[in-house]
Amino acid sequence: MPDAPGLELIAQELNDAQEGSVVGTYHEHGQACLIVDPRHILHVLRWLRDTPAQQYRFLAGLHAADYLPAEPRFGVHYELLNMARVERVRVRAALADPGGEELPELDSCVELFPTAEFQEREAYDFFGISFRGHPDQRRILMPEDYVGWPQRRDFPMGGEPVIFTRDEPTAPGWYE
Amino acid sequence: MSSTDTTRGSTEPRGGDRLARTDARVIGTSPVERTAIEEGLEREEELLTINMGPHHPATHGVLRLLVSLEGEIVRDLKPIMGYVHTGIEKNCEDKAYWKVIPFVERMDYISYFFQMEAFCGAVERLLELEIPARAQYLRVIHLELNRIHSHLVWLGTSALDLGAMSMFFYCFRERDRILDLFEMSTGQRMHTRYFQVGGVFEDIPVGFARNLRAFCDEMPSRIDQYEALLTRNEIFLQRTKGIGVVSKERLLDLGVTGPLLRAAGEPWDLRKADPSLCYGDLDFRIPVGTVGDGWDRYRVRVQEMRESVRIIEQALEGMPEGPWIVDDRKVALPPRHELSTSMESLIHHFKLVTEGFRVPPGETYNPIESPRGELGCLVVADGSAKPARVHFRDPSFVNLQALRDMCLDGYIADLIQNLAMLDPILGGIDR
Amino acid sequence: MRRERIRALAPLEQPATREELRVRQLRARDLLRGDLDGAELEKHVEESVLATTLEKVLNWGRANAMFPATFGLACCAIEMMAIVSPRYDIARFGAEAMRASPRQADFLILSGRVSIKMAPVVRRLYDQMLEPKWVISMGACSSSGGMFANYAVVQGADKFMPVDIHVPGCPPRPEALLYGFNKLQRKILGNPDAGWRARYNAAGTEEWAHDETITDGGIEEYQRAREIARAAADA
Repeated sequence: MPDAPGLELIAQELNDAQEGSVVGTYHEHGQACLIVDPRHILHVLRWLRDTPAQQYRFLAGLHAADYLPAEPRFGVHYELLNMARVERVRVRAALADPGGEELPELDSCVELFPTAEFQEREAYDFFGISFRGHPDQRRILMPEDYVGWPQRRDFPMGGEPVIFTRDEPTAPGWYE
Repeated sequence: MSSTDTTRGSTEPRGGDRLARTDARVIGTSPVERTAIEEGLEREEELLTINMGPHHPATHGVLRLLVSLEGEIVRDLKPIMGYVHTGIEKNCEDKAYWKVIPFVERMDYISYFFQMEAFCGAVERLLELEIPARAQYLRVIHLELNRIHSHLVWLGTSALDLGAMSMFFYCFRERDRILDLFEMSTGQRMHTRYFQVGGVFEDIPVGFARNLRAFCDEMPSRIDQYEALLTRNEIFLQRTKGIGVVSKERLLDLGVTGPLLRAAGEPWDLRKADPSLCYGDLDFRIPVGTVGDGWDRYRVRVQEMRESVRIIEQALEGMPEGPWIVDDRKVALPPRHELSTSMESLIHHFKLVTEGFRVPPGETYNPIESPRGELGCLVVADGSAKPARVHFRDPSFVNLQALRDMCLDGYIADLIQNLAMLDPILGGIDR
Repeated sequence: MRRERIRALAPLEQPATREELRVRQLRARDLLRGDLDGAELEKHVEESVLATTLEKVLNWGRANAMFPATFGLACCAIEMMAIVSPRYDIARFGAEAMRASPRQADFLILSGRVSIKMAPVVRRLYDQMLEPKWVISMGACSSSGGMFANYAVVQGADKFMPVDIHVPGCPPRPEALLYGFNKLQRKILGNPDAGWRARYNAAGTEEWAHDETITDGGIEEYQRAREIARAAADA
């Protein structure tokens, strides 16, 4: 992993190339993370992939997380790997929730990393994060006509309560 | 969907890859087409879309494939997943950290120790815990046994798909021996909940080392038996040689890791590149293929079984004495005999069992090398006793994107073979 | 007419009481003496000779030559594959021919968690099976949702299809599944295992729902059911 000063240099160079891309850095537990403005995510990923000194050419994983109640609410993590130097860097796009019916939007990186295809579909399926430019954005693991974004933190867990005998009077009709 | 352009009915081998055999059949033009072209007739243009699965004997689990066929040649392939989606990741947000361990085990249900290791490793990193040496060796032994188990199940079921039914019985005979070993050390055959945050649950019992050594002594000869059945078998060679070749660069673009990538010639293995636990102290080799066809994938996995046996032997020899779980009572349960003597231990036990330990806020990603590729676990902690987010980067999920490239312009019978050699586990894909 | 009478008989009719056994013994004695005739003779023939009815033979054939439908969904599927393996060997019970097609299968081993996307598929496959068919729900997840009480898993396959045998475990050992399979065989033979309340003579310990929770529509049936249960307990 690039060490903390190295990470700061990367952040500096990214901000030099395009102002406002990196809004923060985070170096803990031996791992480097760049917190990025979601509007500039493609620039950051392309820079990390193509710059001769960086060459993080392998996207190991794309994870989405819901940080409710912290703002911005969603984080889309891109785990980048440089196989030659065995170095990893994580890029987190801090995405805000527009609220209401509108879905948070992010540019799709399928052109840069074809492996993101299924993984972006998964982020869409579970969090409702819409990826602009994704060739085939539809649900991947939930049924196609499912309503709701299951892994958001405000989505209920579901399932059924276990009904004990003492609860039967308050749970009428359970035998039907 | 994919960025490669497939020209239908082209006369060159797909993708321009060199095929391993000199008399390899040309995939891309069926004999019918070739005759038609020779006789100057019109080419067949009609595509038939069939649905394979989700209930199908040869899809390894409940995978649904929409296959568009022209004659017997696959022209398009769409996998549809989610038929065993269990909502494990969401369920984990509701459980204390140690209760998450049985949940994440059940994702990729054949290599269950690896999921435990990915999760426990991530939480240990968040807690900045150093697990004792004996625990590391015990973990490595169980992980490598699980790797052999996973490859045995793969070999048995793949050979079954290709028609070699007796391989199934031989492989499951060995698998039962491994499960006996698991039962001896952990109490359960599958889904053992053996790895805990901080080490392992319990030390191995007396007799385990002896049984394990006997297993390691016998296993290489068993692997020789499997190879004797399949490696030079003409039918197996005809079915796997030159089939399903995807170039190394394309595999890297698709994010494929594990035996698939190694069979294509890229020597990438996280046990060597980024060793965790005590893999750095052990001496083993990584099998790497050349062409990346089905036969190479088979050879890589069989050789990996042999290397795993060597790793287990070395780990057994080199295993130090000592504690099997970290001493920090705030994280690991105190031993039971202390509960009757020490008030502090009782309080720690109570706190751990009812609420669980708290993890300071942070997030981390822990990648390990599972039998299918890079298995990574992202854990986001928010300071409470329950994780805020657990997400797995599952190797089968990402490797499945390579299936389309492997199968296009090949026969539908080769699709079965490609799917078998891909080794997808739907529990990991669907989580 | 004959066939109806044959079907009306239970395949294995054991005498229920000592009196009934005594009556049978007396009838047999009279038969040997040549004194039995008319309705008594017919009844005796039904009980002793026609007790080996066609139904019983068919059931014996069905139980010992069952074709399981491979329905491996998740982890339990691996243990289900293990019962085909040589150590646990379901072939000794006649059921190693696992048919992938539901049209050719006799019983369904539902092994693994049933997700909401898979439930209609399972139901359709169950409907495609031909009568007679049985279902073994293997494992905790298909019996009751298992450890996954969430939005994605159906909490028990018997929410949408009839299940004959539930095998608990996560995953159940192959021996446990074989025990469940043997239980199914006994059920098919017409000799179902008695529930634990009968085995332990614990009739009357049922925890019935309280009367207040039952709406008017169901109260007569419920009271009738209670009467029957009470009568059975007293008998």
